[in-house]
Formats: sequence, C-alpha cells, structure tokens
Amino acid sequence: MTLGFITLLLVFQLVGEVISKGLDLPLPGPVVGMALLFIALVIKGDAPDGLKDTADGLLKHLSLLFVPAGVGVMLHLHMIREEWLPISAALVVSTVMTIAVTALVMKGCCRFTDDESPKESHDG
Amino acid sequence: MDDGFYQIWVYLSTTPLLGLTVTLVAYQAGMWIYTRAGLHPLLNPVLIAVVLLVGLLMVTGTDYRTYFDGAQFVHFMLGPATVALAVPLYRQFQKVRRSFALILVAILSGSATAALSAIGVAWALGASRETLLSLAPKSVTAPIAMGIAEATGGAPSLTAVLVILTGILGAVLGTWTLNALRITDWRARGLAMGTASHGIGTARALQVNDVAGAFASLAMGLNGLATAVLLPLILGLIF
Repeated sequence: MTLGFITLLLVFQLVGEVISKGLDLPLPGPVVGMALLFIALVIKGDAPDGLKDTADGLLKHLSLLFVPAGVGVMLHLHMIREEWLPISAALVVSTVMTIAVTALVMKGCCRFTDDESPKESHDG
Repeated sequence: MDDGFYQIWVYLSTTPLLGLTVTLVAYQAGMWIYTRAGLHPLLNPVLIAVVLLVGLLMVTGTDYRTYFDGAQFVHFMLGPATVALAVPLYRQFQKVRRSFALILVAILSGSATAALSAIGVAWALGASRETLLSLAPKSVTAPIAMGIAEATGGAPSLTAVLVILTGILGAVLGTWTLNALRITDWRARGLAMGTASHGIGTARALQVNDVAGAFASLAMGLNGLATAVLLPLILGLIF
C-alpha cells in the first residue's frame, strides 16, 4: 500500500462527496468517487500496479469495515422483534427471485446472441 | 482488587482504544470460527463479530455511541474502500467488454427485482416505512448499501445486517435455485449470485468455479452502481 494511492482514493472520495452534495444527488459520495475512478481507469486503459496493490490491501478485510455499523443493529432490536416476519419473508423471497431473474435473463440473452455459450441441450 | 479493576474499566470505557480493539478482536474471532468451519456461509465472520459485540455491549451496559467513538476509525475506512471497488470492477470489465451490454441487461433486471420484490413482500406483510427503506438496497455490497440507505431515509445499521443476511441466504439457497432452473452456464450462475448476494455470494461462486466467481464479482460492482443510481428514482415513484 502506498501513501500516494491512498491519497488518490481519498481525493476521489472527496470529489465524489463534493459532487454528491453540490448537485444534491441521492447517490452516496463514495459511490460517485468509485464511478469516477472506474471511468478514469477505462479512459486511461490500464490500472497502475501500485493502485491495484493498495485497492487489494484495503479490500482484503472489507468485511471488517462494516462491523461497527452492523453493531448499530442493537438500536433497532425492537423493530426487528416486531417485524421479523415481513423482514425474513422479504429476504428469502427476494433473494431467490433475484437469483432466478438474473440467471434467466442472462441465459435468454446468451441464447440469441452468443456463439461461445456452453452447450445446454444435453441435460434438459 | 475488584475496586482496582473497576477503576481501570471506568478509565478504559471512556477512551476510543477499547472500542477499536474489541472490534478487531471480535472480527478475528469470527474469522477464526469461519475458517475452522471450512468457510460455511452460515458462520459468516461479520455476523459472528456483530453478535459478540452486541452481547458484550449489553452485558457491560455500554451504549452504542460510546462504542462507536472507538470503532469509528474502522468505520471511516468504508469510504476509501468503496472508491477502491472501482479497481476490481475495472479488472472484470476488461475481460467481458464484448458481452457487456447483455450483462448489463441481466444485472439491471436483477437489481430491480431485488428492490421491488423485497419492498413488495415486506409491505404486504405490514412492515414499517423505515424497514422498507432499509430493506430496499439489501442485495448491494454493504458499504454502498449503507450509503444508499442513508441517502434514502433508511437505517444504515439495519441495512448492514440485512445485507449480511441476504448474502448468507444467497450463498445457502443459490445453488439449489440455479439447479432447479437448470441454469448450467457458469456466467449466468455467477452473475445471479453476485447480483443477489454481493460479496458473500461472490465468495461462494468462487469456491465452485473461477468463471462464476469473476462474473459474480463483476455483478456485485455493477449492481452496486446500478442500485445507487436507480433506487432513489424507484423509491421516489413509490413513496
């Protein structure tokens, strides 16, 4: 991880925050920063190794970073106790539906346009 | 003895050091259990860490604010880490440039399904407005989902936990769903896992097949962006 690339990430986040707040967008500042960095990489046509290392280092323990916020669920325990049924039903139904719709749309698209799609006719 | 210990506790409980340290310790305990259990999705390390910490705070009568004074140093890194997600997204994007339009169509369909079906089911069963808003971005990777929840009036910490539960559900139910639908294309399977259950689904897809893992990772990044852009518009129409 190099200081230069950490600074670069913070600069993109800062620019993202300024754009998000300045234009009153409903998008979170870091997401705007992420989109800008992605566009910059596409235009540049290559990601520098140092940036890859810094990003990988930061993302290696990404799940640690949302523990503090996750603990905040203790402030909502009463809500979960009262609404556990709609919450769990929504999570299960929506997760299965999302997997099904995404996979079926992708399969449908590939069937019409793609020649390198693996053969699927034998198993069904 | 007890009095001395109490004095130390009174001192420590007011410094950020304690909140920061217990966060790292709890997460590593979670990682330890998760690795020992052969990376079983039900033993998600974040979920274990959250349960341990909530238990600890309740037993010691510490309020969340006090804990967060220390834990905020970890929390702060979410911003730059979200920006850093552009790098793996770009890496995957390079590999699939040619079929990018198709992939985008599939992910957008999944993104809309995730938000609308969650809101629809929870609303039909009488969930409150705050719960609906916190549920809507639950298929998106946690740092982006929390940002979305904050921007749209949900509760980011409730969203964080719902995101983790969604990831676990996707990892557990994904293979079964895809087999039932006879989806054999690894690209479609990966996209579905990444769109529905972000990083946890991606980790599961990677365990099974490299191609599925790469497509899951791409789907996770794009779904994050797509949901961040579209969800406020969808919510604006509904509420």
